[in-house]
Amino acid sequence: MEYEVVIGIETHVQLKTQSKMWCGCANAFGAEPNTQVCPVCLGLPGVLPVANEEALRLTTLTGLLLNCTIARYAKFDRKNYFYPDAPKNYQITQYDKPSTFKGFLDFEFQGGIARVNITRAHLEEDVGKNFHFDRSSGVDFNRAGVPLLEIVSEPEITSADMAHEYLNALKEVLTYGGISDCDMEKGMVRCDVNVSVRPKGQTALGAKIEIKNMNSFSGARRALEYEIPRQIEVVSKGGKLSQETRRWNDEAGITETMRSKEQAHDYRYFPEPDLMPFAPDDDWIASVQRRVVELPLARKQRFMRDFDLPAADAQAFVWDVPLGNYFERAAQQTKSPKTVANWVINNLRARLTETQTTLENLKFPPESLVDLTGLIESGKISTKIAQDVFIEMFNSGEPPSAIVEKSGLSQVSDVDALGKFCDEAIASNPKSVGDYRAGKVAALNALKGQVMKLTKGKANPNLVGEILENKLKN
Amino acid sequence: MSTLNQLTISALSTRVNHREVSAREAMTSCLDRIHQVDGDVHAFLSIDEADALAQADAADHAIANGEGPQRPLLGVPIAIKDVLAVRNQPLGCASKILAGYRSPFDATVIEKIKAAGAIVFGRLNMDEFAMGSSTENSAFVTTRNPWDLSRIPGGSSGGSAAAVAADECFASLGSDTGGSIRQPAALCGCVGLKPTYGRVSRYGLVAFASSLDQIGPFTKDVHDSALLLNILSGLDPRDSTSVPEPVPDYTKALDGNIKGLKIGLPKEYMIGGLDPEVKSAVRTAVDQLQKLGAEVVEISLPHTDYAAATYYIIAPAEASANLARFDGIRYGTRVDASDPLELYSRTRGAGFGPEVKRRIILGTYVLSSGYYDAFYLRAQKVRTLIREDFLKAFKTVDAIVTPTTPTAAFKVGEKSDDPLQMYLSDIFTISCNLAGICGLSLPCGFTKDPQLPIGLQLLGKPFGEETILKLAHAYEQANPWHHQKPLLR
Repeated sequence: MEYEVVIGIETHVQLKTQSKMWCGCANAFGAEPNTQVCPVCLGLPGVLPVANEEALRLTTLTGLLLNCTIARYAKFDRKNYFYPDAPKNYQITQYDKPSTFKGFLDFEFQGGIARVNITRAHLEEDVGKNFHFDRSSGVDFNRAGVPLLEIVSEPEITSADMAHEYLNALKEVLTYGGISDCDMEKGMVRCDVNVSVRPKGQTALGAKIEIKNMNSFSGARRALEYEIPRQIEVVSKGGKLSQETRRWNDEAGITETMRSKEQAHDYRYFPEPDLMPFAPDDDWIASVQRRVVELPLARKQRFMRDFDLPAADAQAFVWDVPLGNYFERAAQQTKSPKTVANWVINNLRARLTETQTTLENLKFPPESLVDLTGLIESGKISTKIAQDVFIEMFNSGEPPSAIVEKSGLSQVSDVDALGKFCDEAIASNPKSVGDYRAGKVAALNALKGQVMKLTKGKANPNLVGEILENKLKN
Repeated sequence: MSTLNQLTISALSTRVNHREVSAREAMTSCLDRIHQVDGDVHAFLSIDEADALAQADAADHAIANGEGPQRPLLGVPIAIKDVLAVRNQPLGCASKILAGYRSPFDATVIEKIKAAGAIVFGRLNMDEFAMGSSTENSAFVTTRNPWDLSRIPGGSSGGSAAAVAADECFASLGSDTGGSIRQPAALCGCVGLKPTYGRVSRYGLVAFASSLDQIGPFTKDVHDSALLLNILSGLDPRDSTSVPEPVPDYTKALDGNIKGLKIGLPKEYMIGGLDPEVKSAVRTAVDQLQKLGAEVVEISLPHTDYAAATYYIIAPAEASANLARFDGIRYGTRVDASDPLELYSRTRGAGFGPEVKRRIILGTYVLSSGYYDAFYLRAQKVRTLIREDFLKAFKTVDAIVTPTTPTAAFKVGEKSDDPLQMYLSDIFTISCNLAGICGLSLPCGFTKDPQLPIGLQLLGKPFGEETILKLAHAYEQANPWHHQKPLLR
C-alpha cells in the first residue's frame, strides 16, 4: 500500500521593529538578561498594552507580499495558559479575526513552480526565554513582548524537501520585504510542522501530529525525514496514530512524545478588552502598499527574461538586491547584458567586498561599465587589460576610455607588429614549439603567454593565437 | 486637636493659598485623626507617615514659591485605595499574594494628582482584588462603617469611603467595577463618582475586569468631586481604552440651575427588597429635585433583571485572566515547589482568599471550551442590550435617578456566608458599569435608628458627568446631609 504525506507548517517570525509590540522597550537580540524590560512587558500589576503601529504595518505588508486578503476589521484576543516565560500567563494574539488571510506563496521546486496556499498571517507577542541551571531555573524577559507574526500554511506540502524549499522561499520574501531579518540563530524564525499520512487516494486526513523544536530549516527537513517513515511504519503495520505533539530531538535524530490530545490546552480565547479593534482605512492600507517590493521569484524570472541571463546570474541579483538594481541600470544601456552581468558579478562584487566599499560609495557610474565592455567588444583592449582598467576605474572613478588613452593601454592589433613578437616568442621557446607540433594543443597557450609578456599584455590575444597557429603550421 | 481635617478640599485650598494654614498642618491634622480613630475604623492598611510629612513640606515650599494658582491640589492630603500603583509604596490589593511588593511606577492618575500638588498618602483597605461589597474580603482586616462600627462600610472601596467619612483625609481615590465607589459612598455618607468608561486612564490600576473598571474620587461634597474629576480625566497614550474626549471644567457646571432637566425614574428599580426607609428617602429626594425645577418621568430599562447574571459572567471571566499574572514567578508571595504547576498551585492557593478563588474558577469556567458561547458570548450580547436600554432612555431624559443600594449598611458577618446575597446588594450599581456610562452617589438622608446614611444615585449618559454633577450639586446645596458627620468618639 502506498502512502502520501500531508504537511502544514506554522512559522513564527519576529518583526523588524525598533520596539516591542506593546511597550517602548528595544526589540534587539543579545542584551544582558532582563535589561530590555519595563513594567508592561514584565506584566507588573496595573500595566496596559499599547499597539506598535509599525508591527501592524509589517503584518499588512506581509499579507500583501503573500497575496492575502487584508482584513478591514481585525482584533486581538487573549490566549490563556500558565508558563513561566509568559509574563501575564496569557498571550495577546489574534484568534478569529486576524489581520490577513487566504494568500499563497510560489517558489521553485523540482524544476517547476510550486504553490502553497497561506491560511493566515496574524500578529501576536513573543514570550520570554527559560534557562535551566543546576538547581534552579531562570527566565529572561528581554524577548517577551517582541512582535511576532504567525504564518500558517494550508496542509499542502507533500515532502520534506518541499517543506525545506517552502521555508527558504518564505524567508526570502520576508527578508526582501524588510519584514524580518529571519536570523534563525537569533531566534527570529521558528517553525512547527503538522504531519499526517494516509493511503494514497484517500481524502480523509490521518491523525495530525505536531512537531516542535526544530531550530533550523535543515533541522525541519531532518525531522520530517524521520517522522514521515515513522508514521507510515506504524500505520502500514496496522497500528493507530493519535493526535499529539512531539518534540524533535536533533542530537538523537528522533521525535519524542510531548503531550497528547487529552493534555492539550483549552486556551479559553476571548477578545482582548484592553485593546481596540483595528480597522484600517484606505489611506492607511495605501501607505503600506507603497512599501511592497518585487518578489524574489518574480525578480528572478524577470531578469532571465528581460536580460537573457542564465538562472545562476539572475539568482545572484535576487540575493543581492542593490547589486541587481545596479546591474539593471547598466544593462538597459547595452546590447550585451550578459557581458555586463559577468563584470558585475565576477569583478565588481568581489572588489566591493575586498575593499569594503558599498555600492553607494562606488566612484564610477553604471555607464562606465557599459563603456568598458564596449571597448573590449570593439577590440580596443583585451580582456586582460580590461581587468587593469577596471581596477583603475574603481579607484579613481575615471571613465575607462580616458584611462586607456592616458596609459596607452590600447590593444595592439597591428598584424605586422604582432608577427614580429610572435617570431621572437617562437624563437625563444623551442620546447613549446616542439610540443605543439607534436600535438599538444595546450602548448600554444605557453607561446601566447610569451607574446603577451613581450607586448606587456597589450597584444590582442585572439589575433596572437591566429598568427602563431599560422606560423607554426609550416 | 485641629479640626482642619474636617474641611473640604476647596476650603482647605483657600486657606493654604492664603497662607492661613500650612500643608504640614493639614497633613498632621489627618494623621492625628487617624491615630485617634483608625484603630476602630481600620480604613488604612498602612501609612508612610514620614513620606507624607515630607510631601507636605515640599508642598509648603511650592506654595512659598507661588505655585498655588497652577496646582489646584497643592498641599491637599489624598489617600489611595490599595489597588492603585504609587511609586515605591506597597501595592497589595489587600491580598497576601502581593506581600512585600512595591510598585516601581505611578499610575497615571497618581502622576496627575501629584502634578496638581496633592499629598499622596496611605494604602486604603478594600475587598481583595476589588472583589466584594463589604470589605470583609480583605485578607487583613474588615474596615468598619464610621456611622456604626458594627457595620460594614460597603465595598470594594470600603477603606476609601470610611476614611473620607471619618475625616481621616480630605478625599480619596477608589475604583468601581460594579459599584465599588458608589455603594460604599452611599453606605458611608459621602460623594462617590464613577466616570464614564474611558474618561479616566486605567494605567496603574490593578485590573479586575478590564472592560468595567474605572477609577474615581471619594469626596465630602460635589464640588470637590468635580474638582478632582478635572484633574483625573483625559486621554492617556498608555491606556488604549482611554478616550480623546475633551475635558471641560466640571466645576463650571455647578451653577445650581437645573430647570428643565429631565430625570428618569426606572420602574424596574423601585422593587420589593428595597428597604422602606431607603425608598422613602429617595422618593423625597426626587420630589425635591422636581421642586428645584427638574422634570421627573418614569422610564423603563427592560433588561435590568439580566444585569446581575451578565455582570457575574463577564467580570469573573476577565478577572480570571487578569489575575493569572499572580503566580509567584516575578513578584509577590512565592511558595516554592519542584515544578511550575506545583509552584502556581501552592502560591495561588496560599495567596488568594476564598472569594477571589471563587471568581477565578467561575471566570475560567464560563470561558472554557464548550461553555464560552452559552455564557461569555451570550453575556456580552445581553450587555449590548443593557447598554442600548440606557442610550435609548437618554434620548428622552438627561439623567436617571435610583437608590444607590437596596438597604443601608448591614452588619459585619450578616451576608458574608452567602455570596449570592452579597452579590444582590449591587443590583442598582452594576448596570452602569456594563453600559459604560457615568454615575455618582451622594447622601440623601439617614435611616432612623441606627442613624445610617442613605445614598441617591444619579446616572448620566456617556461623558455626561457635567449633568449629573449639576443635578447632584443643586440637590446637595438644598440639603443638610453633607454637613453631617459620624459621631465616632
